[in-house]
Amino acid sequence: MAALVNHPVERDQAKVMNRYDITKRMVRLLHAEEAVIGGIGYTNFDLWAASGTAVGRRQQNFYMLGSMGLAVPIALGVAIAQPHRKVFALEGDGSVLMQLGSLSTVAARKQKNLCIVIMDNGAYQITGGQKTMTEQGADIVGIARASGIGQSAWAADEDAFVELVGRSLKEDGPWLIGCRIDNQKPVDTTERDPARIRDGFMRGLGVRK
Amino acid sequence: MTWYEIVRDVLKRHDVSLVTYVPDNVLRPLIEAIHADPFFEAFACTREEEALGINAGAWMGGRRGILLMQTSGFATLPNAIASLAVPFQIPVVMMVSERGTLGEFNIGQSLVARTMRPVLEALAVEHHTMTRLDEVEFIVDRSIVQAVATMAPVCFILSPLLTGGKVFAK
Repeated sequence: MAALVNHPVERDQAKVMNRYDITKRMVRLLHAEEAVIGGIGYTNFDLWAASGTAVGRRQQNFYMLGSMGLAVPIALGVAIAQPHRKVFALEGDGSVLMQLGSLSTVAARKQKNLCIVIMDNGAYQITGGQKTMTEQGADIVGIARASGIGQSAWAADEDAFVELVGRSLKEDGPWLIGCRIDNQKPVDTTERDPARIRDGFMRGLGVRK
Repeated sequence: MTWYEIVRDVLKRHDVSLVTYVPDNVLRPLIEAIHADPFFEAFACTREEEALGINAGAWMGGRRGILLMQTSGFATLPNAIASLAVPFQIPVVMMVSERGTLGEFNIGQSLVARTMRPVLEALAVEHHTMTRLDEVEFIVDRSIVQAVATMAPVCFILSPLLTGGKVFAK
């Protein structure tokens, strides 16, 4: 499958953005109680930080605490269970590299309501910034395309990111959006209360009343 | 009825409709019976961890599932069980075809099999080894009820005494 023609940017041409800033931009586009799965690490923390509002915290978010690499599978499971809801997986480069097979599974399922957003800073930042393979030649968008997710693209900049997220909300997926990000610390830290996270998420999805 | 027809019917009765698996010869008749029944949505995953994640997400989205695998596949799961299923109180239902015992021919299988029950015990995960046809329905039926009610994972181990296991192949 061809790449998205109006998003031809390669990884090394993509602007290095800020994780909190683009997470905030993404959350602002969510108006239909879309589900968001936050992988572990700073991706997760900035989703938490970006999801607080004056009237409370966004309920349709799930925050992993461990199980590195499983944001995409968990999001796929939610998407299968609720095919009419759009589901996002926010995952870091180090995490997705642990579970590359899940991209093939998403492609094989042709999961229309799923969008994967990869926050790629080329480093295991939370453990001290050791290089991941994306800093040494691996290209997650290329891997996703080769895995069968044709609608995969690098976000050239913030405007391109917003446009790609907007398209993923309107058009059938699966989608994968690669984002190059800087090494800024996250803005907040997720509360580590798994039972509460899971219960809130299920209520946010209407599974529990 | 065969063991796999009983399992299939109990899963249907409890509305367990999503079946993820990493295939195995002993599980093959169950996998085929499930694929033959339009009630189920069933597919192979690339890893058992991935399959567990899918089932966990599906549960939170309101859909029940089961994960089918063999013993060596279970050995890849302790982190996902300990950091996802147990602390988040997600009743992941697992079924393992037991290799490594009662005529195993592969030394790797016989060694990794010894890690399975200690891991389940260490994580306090309810598990039952099924050896007889007449106990399959009771064990699977009651244990799914318990898993959902107590929001805890459960693991069924299919003994070669029940399934015939995998026989020595030259």
